[in-house]
Amino acid sequence: MEIGSGLTIGLILGTVIGVAAMLIWVERRLLGLWQERLGPNRVGPLGLFQVVADMIKIFTKEDWTPPFADKFSFVLAPAIIMTVVLLSFAVIPFAPNIGIVDSNIGILFVLAMASIGAYSVMLGGLSSDNKYALLGSLRAAAQMVSYEVFMGISLLGVVALSGSFDLREIVHAQEDMWFVVPQFIGFVIFLIAGVAESHRLPFDIPEAEQEICAGYHTEYSGMKFGMFFVGEYLGLVLVSSLITVLFFGGWMGPAFLPPVVWFALKSGVFICFFILLRAAIPRPRYDQLMSYGWLFLLPLSLLNLLVTGALILMN
Amino acid sequence: MFKLIQDTLISQVVTLWNVFRHLFVKADTVEYPDQQPYMFPRWRGRIILSRDPDGEERCVACNLCAVACPVDCIALQKAETDDGRWYPEFFRINFSRCIMCGFCEEACPTHAIQLTPDFEMAEYKRQDMVWEKEDLLISGTGKYHDYNFYRVAGLAIAGKDKGEALNEDKPVDVRSLLP
Repeated sequence: MEIGSGLTIGLILGTVIGVAAMLIWVERRLLGLWQERLGPNRVGPLGLFQVVADMIKIFTKEDWTPPFADKFSFVLAPAIIMTVVLLSFAVIPFAPNIGIVDSNIGILFVLAMASIGAYSVMLGGLSSDNKYALLGSLRAAAQMVSYEVFMGISLLGVVALSGSFDLREIVHAQEDMWFVVPQFIGFVIFLIAGVAESHRLPFDIPEAEQEICAGYHTEYSGMKFGMFFVGEYLGLVLVSSLITVLFFGGWMGPAFLPPVVWFALKSGVFICFFILLRAAIPRPRYDQLMSYGWLFLLPLSLLNLLVTGALILMN
Repeated sequence: MFKLIQDTLISQVVTLWNVFRHLFVKADTVEYPDQQPYMFPRWRGRIILSRDPDGEERCVACNLCAVACPVDCIALQKAETDDGRWYPEFFRINFSRCIMCGFCEEACPTHAIQLTPDFEMAEYKRQDMVWEKEDLLISGTGKYHDYNFYRVAGLAIAGKDKGEALNEDKPVDVRSLLP
């Protein structure tokens, strides 16, 4: 395989979307295990075809656009989130010979796409013309301004250590030691920001099913809802692969398994960890998230960057 | 500062660990259609009408069950055979109303109406929830195997006069009591 060839692009696209769809099943089974239930186990072996059933259901559902909604942005919003999350995968190096683009601004590109993704949530809520949806997008905006800042800064330690924004270069820079060791604080902060970025519990404040219905996608149905849904899972996969690439040495591992398998295993662990987070941690209020972000995590990430820079200069 | 770390980090990690430990706990789920639960013999489920050991209907159409029923789901009509036995001409239970309270079973003087551990009574049509006597009658004696109302009751029927029932004294001839 070759970086950027049509075959690679197709395979990555298919795998990523397939994995995101399978996560529906994985998440429900894992949540079941952790809540002493079984989860879906009826459709096919181990309930694996639950995904197919869900897909058939969501494709054949009535795709209803409310008459009071702003049609253009209502349709645009779910498309944005799918597009930007899929675009972010373009710069992820899955293995030495698997990847789509080797961009020398990889991290910046991912952060930019994440910021555009916030528009999707805000537009979706605004254009729905629904109180719950508006509250959801309001919360999304509040959440975005609080986590995006320290998300970027927490990565700068990695950038300073490896001296590159290129994700492939960053993986190569971890040949001696995974960045999780020197950048542990950065890792924890990025983990927290990643949860907020993918709008998952405990930071699914814009959705908050128990408080505001479904938040920004209250009015969405059919495949438009499905795109938000799959977009969320894609975001989960993206954040997990980013953590793997930035802090856990990407595809590197003992040689008895091919590099791409190591990458998948490491990402899988983080996906499971995110699901565990959902099973265990309650949701904070959004003012709590904001004050936590601005007053604790932002200073901490700045301190982390400062100490990292000082250590690099000393050597 | 310590309290902040306690609240935001340590307590969350402890929670994560506690939830993770549930991975090794057996699930509580009973996979119902594949795995039938144990139903206790005195469970109050589907209602049946039992027969006495001779194979005759136990129900004597006394209407006590219909009266006791708090939701009025039992309807029946009394009829009489040539030998003097009472029996229900029709006996109808509307299971879409029945709340399985068991009052009918408590009220029944002849152990005819009984509740069983069967609870799988879902139907697609509402009318199918109405059970007639033919549907309710079973061929056995239910929970009470030896009881036969006409054998112990003082009521006279063909072939059994007053005083001939089990543990029954002969009727007193009132004239013999005269001084």
